Amino acid sequence: MSASAPPTKTRLDQQDERIINATDGLRGALGSTVSRVRSGDLGAIPVIAGTVVIFVVFQILNQFFLSPANLSNLLTECAALGVIALGIVVVLLVAQIDLSVGSMSGVASAILGVGLTQAGYPLWLTVLIAIAVGAVVGLIYGASFNYIRMPSFVITLAGLLILLGLQLKILGPNGSINIPFTSPIVEFMQNSYIPRTAAYVLAGVVAGAYLFSQVRRRQRRIKHDLSSASVLSIGLKTAAALVVLEFATWYLNKDRGISAPFVWFVVLVVIMNIMLTRTRWGRSVFAVGGNAEAARRSGINVNRVYISVFMLCSVLAAVGGLMVAGRLATASISSGVGDTNLNAIAAAVIGGTSLFGGRGSAYSALLGIIVIAGIASGLTLLSLDASVRFMITGAVLFIAVAVDSLTRRSRQAHGKA
Amino acid sequence: MTDDDTSPTTTGRSASPLLSLRGINKTFGAVRALSGVDLDVYGGEVVALLGDNGAGKSTLVKVLAGVHPADAGTITFKGAIANISTPADAKALGIATIFQDLALCDNLDVVGNLFLGRETGGFFLSEEQMEEEAWGLLRQLSAKIPSVRIPIASLSGGQRQTVAIARALIGEPAIVMLDEPTAALGVQQTQEVLNMIDRLRSRGHGVVLITHNMADVMSVADRAVVIRLGRNNGDFHMATTTHADIVAAITGAVTVEAAATGVDLEGISV
Repeated sequence: MSASAPPTKTRLDQQDERIINATDGLRGALGSTVSRVRSGDLGAIPVIAGTVVIFVVFQILNQFFLSPANLSNLLTECAALGVIALGIVVVLLVAQIDLSVGSMSGVASAILGVGLTQAGYPLWLTVLIAIAVGAVVGLIYGASFNYIRMPSFVITLAGLLILLGLQLKILGPNGSINIPFTSPIVEFMQNSYIPRTAAYVLAGVVAGAYLFSQVRRRQRRIKHDLSSASVLSIGLKTAAALVVLEFATWYLNKDRGISAPFVWFVVLVVIMNIMLTRTRWGRSVFAVGGNAEAARRSGINVNRVYISVFMLCSVLAAVGGLMVAGRLATASISSGVGDTNLNAIAAAVIGGTSLFGGRGSAYSALLGIIVIAGIASGLTLLSLDASVRFMITGAVLFIAVAVDSLTRRSRQAHGKA
Repeated sequence: MTDDDTSPTTTGRSASPLLSLRGINKTFGAVRALSGVDLDVYGGEVVALLGDNGAGKSTLVKVLAGVHPADAGTITFKGAIANISTPADAKALGIATIFQDLALCDNLDVVGNLFLGRETGGFFLSEEQMEEEAWGLLRQLSAKIPSVRIPIASLSGGQRQTVAIARALIGEPAIVMLDEPTAALGVQQTQEVLNMIDRLRSRGHGVVLITHNMADVMSVADRAVVIRLGRNNGDFHMATTTHADIVAAITGAVTVEAAATGVDLEGISV
């Protein structure tokens, strides 16, 4: 008995002898990561590994691919579509789908084009109108889903066509409207970069914020008599984050640096992650995605969750559409058509959000869109045309869903579905 | 073997019933699912609700849980007439129901499930406080859960049942109803759940246990109420009853006036 007695005080969550990860600190953290991966809970590992492979292959094929100029450009390119994918992530979390995000973004860009030029509205008003239209569309989707009980893919498929028609109607006979280059949104999307020194400071602030949140978490856990990460492991993780961020900043700063749209996208991702993991709303989103009936019986207003999710998705699609229009300085009948929908959905799934609901993270929008944008950029550098790009993006999506399904099976086998 | 009793109520059943049903009727279209059913539940006792398939046990439970309101009859809760027409009414009164499917979210961890719909904290959830409370609750039930931070999907059937019971206890209900809690469990897990029911009784809760398993009834129940064809068919004190008596009442070999209880029903014609 005395030999097996724990050397230090046993925390509340470590008193059961069958506990899987009973060790505190660095070794415990490493051990739990390894056992998680073994049982099929891969988290972000497949997408990160896949990204590395894809990027290395493209670099071998074309030396320009990993250059600061191309990477900087790539990150800017992915911001708009990434915002749309972020909305898809939230809808997928409740096991639903929105197929109309492309058309929704097209409507928003049409509103921006017409509002700024023909109607002569100020920028803030057009942006507000576009976002309000997104909110109303999401509200209609959510209401049809809740009260008519239509499947979401049919609702949004109908929405896709209706919004496409609305986009053509708003644009009028010209079909294409140029947005003046002097408009702040064009300026923001095309030419705004974080000043070099500010970028280094920003990277430091992000690492500092990470350190702060981890230390606070550790303090709270100790206060509540729970096991916690060791100071050493927190320090090492922070140091690693700081080195990676500062290195990335330095590398991108060799060209134009980090673009403001990309930072804006990342800020949205981080806010969404906090909302999903730390708030009541986020908890109810996961609950509805996991077992809607159980959520209902727990007193969660399931209908309100669905409505909030559909509204959020449409609003983010509208924001993404505004960003696309600003980036291209034009709103046209081709805005948001074609592969926008599927790329946004593919990005969410490639990033690791399950199609089966209840599993995923806001960060999957970020990771997934980098893969999609990387493929597009690499194939453009190789002067391969759209036909190849579609096929390769499709193949990557296929692999991502295959990995999702296979690891789901492995998780079930290990009792961690 | 008796527990370290710190709960306010002392072990043993309360003097007056917590819950009293009189003359409950419920029809679904042409089917009379319940007719004139009476039921008393005291604090600190386990009442087994028995009956063959289609006898009306589940309907009675649903009436109490507020899923199907009764058509006629009175429900008295702690001496006052109560009206249960929605699940929220039942919850507010202090009647917790654990349905057979448990209604857990497989993708959430134990803490997430325990506190689902009543998370603590302000705008941001206070995960640590919930985790601490979760451990406290599970300790009280002597529950064997290795970690509260693993998804429900990785728990065994008995552990899930435990989580569902622990969740039902968070609102400190007076009455806990369990629908077939041991139906899908192995020997060891069944024993764990029965121990848990024992602990609920010693905490002073009134427990209603719906089951088909006579062994469970014999081992934990204080009283067995038999429903047959939507009517009361006997109210047995386990201490003075044999297995055979109860089975006879369930199958209808003995009808109510022959049984040695004072249930005020005219006999059921055969």
